[in-house]
Amino acid sequence: MPKAVDIRICMGTGGIAAGASAVLERFEEELSSTGVGASVRENCSRHNVGCRGFCARDVLVDVILDGERTTYQYIKPDMVQRIVEEHIVSGNPVEDWVVTDDYHNFHEKQVKVVLSDCGEVDPEDINSYKSRGGYKAVESVIGSKTPEDVIEMIKSSGLRGRGGAGFPTGLKWEFARKPESDQKYIICNADEGDPGAFMDRSIIEGNPHSVIEGMTIGAYCIGADKGYVYIRAEYPLAVKRLRIALEQAKEAGYLGENILGSGFSFNIKVKLGAGAFVCGEETALIASIEGQRGMPRAKPPFPAQQGLWGKPTVINNVETFSNVPYIVTKGPDWFSSFGTEKSKGTKVFALTGKIRNTGLIEVPMGMSLKEIIYDIGGGMERGEFKAVQTGGPSGGCIPKDMIDINVDFESLAKVGSIVGSGGMVVLDDTDCMVNIAKFFLEFTQRESCGKCTPCRVGTKRLLEILDRVTEGKGKSGDIELLLTLGQDIKDSSLCGLGQTAPNPILSTIKYFRDEYEAHINEKRCPAAVCKAMLTYTILEDACKGCTLCAKACPSDAISGEKKKPHVIDQGLCVKCGACFDTCKFKAVHKE
Amino acid sequence: MQEALDRVIEKYRLEEGSVISLLQDIQEEFGYIPEDSVSYVSDRTGIPQSSFYGVATFYAQFYLKPRGKNIITACCGTACHVKGAERVISRIRRELELTDGEDTTQDGLFTVEDVACVGACSIAPVVIVNKEVHGKVSATQLLKEINNLKKETDA
Repeated sequence: MPKAVDIRICMGTGGIAAGASAVLERFEEELSSTGVGASVRENCSRHNVGCRGFCARDVLVDVILDGERTTYQYIKPDMVQRIVEEHIVSGNPVEDWVVTDDYHNFHEKQVKVVLSDCGEVDPEDINSYKSRGGYKAVESVIGSKTPEDVIEMIKSSGLRGRGGAGFPTGLKWEFARKPESDQKYIICNADEGDPGAFMDRSIIEGNPHSVIEGMTIGAYCIGADKGYVYIRAEYPLAVKRLRIALEQAKEAGYLGENILGSGFSFNIKVKLGAGAFVCGEETALIASIEGQRGMPRAKPPFPAQQGLWGKPTVINNVETFSNVPYIVTKGPDWFSSFGTEKSKGTKVFALTGKIRNTGLIEVPMGMSLKEIIYDIGGGMERGEFKAVQTGGPSGGCIPKDMIDINVDFESLAKVGSIVGSGGMVVLDDTDCMVNIAKFFLEFTQRESCGKCTPCRVGTKRLLEILDRVTEGKGKSGDIELLLTLGQDIKDSSLCGLGQTAPNPILSTIKYFRDEYEAHINEKRCPAAVCKAMLTYTILEDACKGCTLCAKACPSDAISGEKKKPHVIDQGLCVKCGACFDTCKFKAVHKE
Repeated sequence: MQEALDRVIEKYRLEEGSVISLLQDIQEEFGYIPEDSVSYVSDRTGIPQSSFYGVATFYAQFYLKPRGKNIITACCGTACHVKGAERVISRIRRELELTDGEDTTQDGLFTVEDVACVGACSIAPVVIVNKEVHGKVSATQLLKEINNLKKETDA
């Protein structure tokens, strides 16, 4: 019988959506006094851990018997009994359900700094974080090192902001350290608004204490005694775990008055964002914390001089703060040993889209896109690789023939995209690039705060042009108009939102101009995505007459007898694609 | 209503810049921002009504009209978009007979709304039904869920 059993269940948003709570419940049942695991109940601990990145395989369960770890994938509640019986009680792992090689490949090439404790520590237990060296950084800094020394350390590590702009963190802290002020603030930007990015959510869900520790060190450096975490209300689990962590940190003396007897005091408040993408911009975020409409203002003065309530303020992203304790504990040289000359350390990316292994990954800056997609991502799910969209609505697309590019701040900027917050959406041959550009423009246009004209009116005009192009009403000259207008908006908008909003259009025109031309000149969507130019037909030879499509059709446009080929009435068809999605014989054709 | 509002006002009495927090708590209490609540809170706090409306109409989170009994939130982030979220959304909107610009059904049973991204991209497309996250959803699966919810209400 094993001496110690540790069961760890992945309970991020992805895990819970896949049924992790029910799995945990089932473990509790099986380990209760009447369950099959009654004999090992006493020496068995159960933990929920945060996201370990590979959400596509959820529910992931680790069973650690006397230090020996076995990871199971795709676990459902009804599989738990067998695991307890055969593995935990009898000591024979259930080989059928153990993770496969590609699970190991997914992790092998990654270098985990920020995510090193995610999926290992119990996010709702401060002792779990401490047992892995948590809060050692705060202990080694506060009262022992001068703020200047710590700033110097962060500067020499080469850490740059992970929220998008990539500004050197140590320098930012130095700017905020200098001005004399009765009050300073430190803000953690957890208003992760980029569609397609979820690293901040996962970090807070998986290891909230690392963010708190990073903020505390930052506050000590600049001399702030108040901090805010501005976090999206759409992340209820992250908010809950953050609040628990703040309570625990305070109780343990890492937050509050006179931290560790040093005379330094620091408190953190949680502010819930109310849903506005523009609040990712520093000055807009400050306005929002002040309770106003989240509208940016002109810089300078920079927040480091005049920020929240007019006081010197530092704003860093979640991932940036989370790096800090690791840099302090392991040293700046260790950190800067990863990455490229100008982009140091690692970066967390949300790898999603048409790729086999979707999830959260952390790699050294400068890794090639090819390695990320094929070695870690396991290659394409079905279709043929076409492009990667990075940086969300502010970023661009990198086409197939540039797949050898290194992923770091400089290299991506050179080809017209950005690292941004780290969203990486892989597209295949069934994705229309004009449609992707339009998707982002719809987003930025809706999220434009309306303060400055180029962004307010300009994005609207850009969207109108894209609307007509995708509806088959494009005119010659539209491409040139998009280019000119896009450049003008970039040059004249007030904040980052407007300055980057045209990027998705500019980069898709640069690399996929032929698709725009096909839409405009031939009234054809090469990827068969744009509804107005699509026709759905049923291939007589392939149709088995199973009637599934007719049942799925919301407009009763499909008719036919059982076991005989069906027909679509083009006049009734609303082009919803329901028949295409339901057909099991690939008999529905679209073009 | 007054009692609840007084509680909310008291909670943020000493806090600067509390307009957003006040509105969030009002909405938590009533499910939306009733007009009367704004005038009441404005009178008690001295913060002009225009500030409340300015903020309430700026952020996506606030609703000035009552919402349905069941809330279906469809994620329309990039990953969900390329995995066919739009087709799923338009199918359920059609099923619930929602016309353009309308989010809540006539009988007040359902509200269908978009959210920019819930950050669960690896299980796209994602739809949240009454705060429960469903990953890799299909239209058929959701229509079933909707029918179940309808039955629950009838029972």
